[in-house]
Amino acid sequence: MNADLTRVKPYGDTLDDGMVQLSFSLPVPAGLEAKEAARQLVMKMGFDDPQVYHMKDLGENYTFFIVYGKCQHTIDFTQIRVPQVKSQVMNFYEINQFIRDKIGRKLVVIGACTGTDAHTVGIDAIINMKGYNGEYGLERYPEIDAYNLGSQVPNEELIMKAVELNADVILVSQVVTQKGVHLTNLTELVDLLEVEGLRDRFILICGGPRISHELALELGYDAGFGPGSLAPDVASYFVQELLQREKHRNSYYASN
Amino acid sequence: MEQKLKLDQAQIKRARKAAEVIAKDMDEFIAKRTTVAVERTVLRLMGVDGVDAEGVPLPNVVVDHLLEKGELSQGVATRMIGAMLYLEQSAQEVAERVAQGSIDLTEIPLVDYPILVHTGQKLAMEGLNKIAANRLQRDTMIKQMGEGKKPYLYVIVATGDIYEDVVQGKSAARQGADIIAVIRSTGQSLIDYVPYGATREGFGGTYATQENFRIMRQALDEVGKEVGRYIRLCNYCSGLCMPEIAAMGALERLDVMLNDALYGILFRDINMQRTLIDQAFSRMINSYAGIIINTGEDNYLTTADAIEAAHTVLASQFINEQFAKFAGLPPEQMGLGHAFEINPEIEDGFLLEVAQAQMARQIFPDAPLKYMPPTKHMTGNIFRGHIQDAMFNLVSVLTGQGIQLLGMMTEAMHTPHIHDRQLAIENAQYIFNNARHLSEEIYFKPGGRIEKRAQEVLDKAVMMLEEVQEIGLFAALEKGMLADVKRSLEGGKGLDGVIERTDDYFNPFEDELRERLKLPQREGAAYERRSYTS
Repeated sequence: MNADLTRVKPYGDTLDDGMVQLSFSLPVPAGLEAKEAARQLVMKMGFDDPQVYHMKDLGENYTFFIVYGKCQHTIDFTQIRVPQVKSQVMNFYEINQFIRDKIGRKLVVIGACTGTDAHTVGIDAIINMKGYNGEYGLERYPEIDAYNLGSQVPNEELIMKAVELNADVILVSQVVTQKGVHLTNLTELVDLLEVEGLRDRFILICGGPRISHELALELGYDAGFGPGSLAPDVASYFVQELLQREKHRNSYYASN
Repeated sequence: MEQKLKLDQAQIKRARKAAEVIAKDMDEFIAKRTTVAVERTVLRLMGVDGVDAEGVPLPNVVVDHLLEKGELSQGVATRMIGAMLYLEQSAQEVAERVAQGSIDLTEIPLVDYPILVHTGQKLAMEGLNKIAANRLQRDTMIKQMGEGKKPYLYVIVATGDIYEDVVQGKSAARQGADIIAVIRSTGQSLIDYVPYGATREGFGGTYATQENFRIMRQALDEVGKEVGRYIRLCNYCSGLCMPEIAAMGALERLDVMLNDALYGILFRDINMQRTLIDQAFSRMINSYAGIIINTGEDNYLTTADAIEAAHTVLASQFINEQFAKFAGLPPEQMGLGHAFEINPEIEDGFLLEVAQAQMARQIFPDAPLKYMPPTKHMTGNIFRGHIQDAMFNLVSVLTGQGIQLLGMMTEAMHTPHIHDRQLAIENAQYIFNNARHLSEEIYFKPGGRIEKRAQEVLDKAVMMLEEVQEIGLFAALEKGMLADVKRSLEGGKGLDGVIERTDDYFNPFEDELRERLKLPQREGAAYERRSYTS
């Protein structure tokens, strides 16, 4: 049976059954009223036939629920457009070769986990020598000078260091968030760069579990990398982007 | 302890010996120095609290006042006691007057040495007696209320708002948690003062303040009475204010403190001299307060590979053990850390985790080992994550760990939601109960995979420790031998707060703690010199 791609719904075991599982807590004491409240709330969310399968008293007048419901809404899949990083992914050797052949100088890349975030797992995976999951980090790339500033780096300091090292690329990692603080950090960096008139000087990239390319563009970054991205994904993008920019710059100077 | 897993006892002795030499060298270095944080702790234990008009904590005001005048190397107690006797005022009143700028401590005449020492001793006894009373109260409450079975269920609250933390902490206790840790606001470890009062805003956690400690303590005592289990409170005794946090925790009856000898140096870039001096005094206080310390070996595995770097965890456990011994901290209070961080895709990874955990159990038989959950290989697939946490719980009950920091299925996504915690507790309770006596039924196959793995990790740890011993801990840190992080002797934060002691340096609290912890007095210490007529 083929789904109607203009009217797509969640799938459980029958096409268009709309089955969705939800879990959440409510600030009410456990009991029959709580269960009914959860059911009605899920109905308001747009689900038919909600079933509260599990209720657990969390104490302090909080209650946890696991609810299933049938989603009423549909999505036109044929109309979905997602901006994606448009670069060909190369491997470690190809990237270094690309830099040698086409850019002809070493690239300077600087990275940090900014603001209050102390979780360096992301930036370490991309930059540190060892890399992650069998892929070397940027420090290992002979054609790249990579600097990992570590965690809790204030945006001001990151910019200062980027200017000092004459960086080509700035990588910003945001891993753990609370109440959206990662967005504040990311936006602040762009604002600061713009105020200083430095925004165009760098390829600005962010990454982390909550980052998508689309979100990155929205926030004023050149690209964003989500979970599972490794050093070659990021490096492939910025070497190609840098080449584009240098070409553009050269033709600009040529025409002047 | 029963040797379920055959380990080479001679190798264990070698490792311990090397770690002892490493710690002893450092202890000699520490003996000659103090820090601004140690001196602020002395003031706090004398009862100095509160902030000045600009919100600067009074212990900082007084210590900075003496530091600026180059008069801190005798110890803050010397000038403070002089002023207290001369002005006939309490330490708090003197500190308030310094804050107002109405007195200069260096212009007040010093008192005769015997009077200084006698008064210092009296103040130290008063301060430490409060801590002893808290310890006694804890013991009494545990006797009356009972406590959870080991492994203790340890969960974190981290809302940023202490009053919200209270709700989450009480809820977790009702669900079965034994230890509630209030994680600190990120960055607190790098500020050189302890914030004051109840706080309602923080990032990734809640500021550690004495008032916040008090609020949470009261809440957990209340809920403990209701659920019939003493609920332990944990905080973070690390960073630039390590000994101050220890003192505040001891005064507010905290039960568990993160307190690692090297963590700040390696992972927070705090100056190595500063951290090593601070950790010594903080551990004496923790020891006397009956606080279980938790060391941070799990951090060695957050970026390094858990299979390749396993021996660094063991080596650090040995070093932490010896530093603890030099601070009079008994094995029963050494929550040496390690973690379940092997890539779940690896065949037989579970066996390697069992090898590491059982090995640690046998090498440190009396320590309530602190076991940290998977974090690095948590993916956002919460369903798989819940199973990874279950495997972690199974290793723990199988190998008799002491403190189980519960894994959250939403690890690497966000700070725990209230039901994440409940599901984690349910997971652990199910497995601990369901496999309670599994370890009693198991011996590990001689010459088998688990035994071989444990022996290999032990051998590598011995090599590493002997190498560190050879060149000394400072040089090892400079060469990046620990956690692949290079730190310099003069680099990092907080070096300007390190001060060499003069011959007549006086810290009555250290002297009295050494007395009560049955540690040898420092050479030339007032307690050593004074006649024991009193």
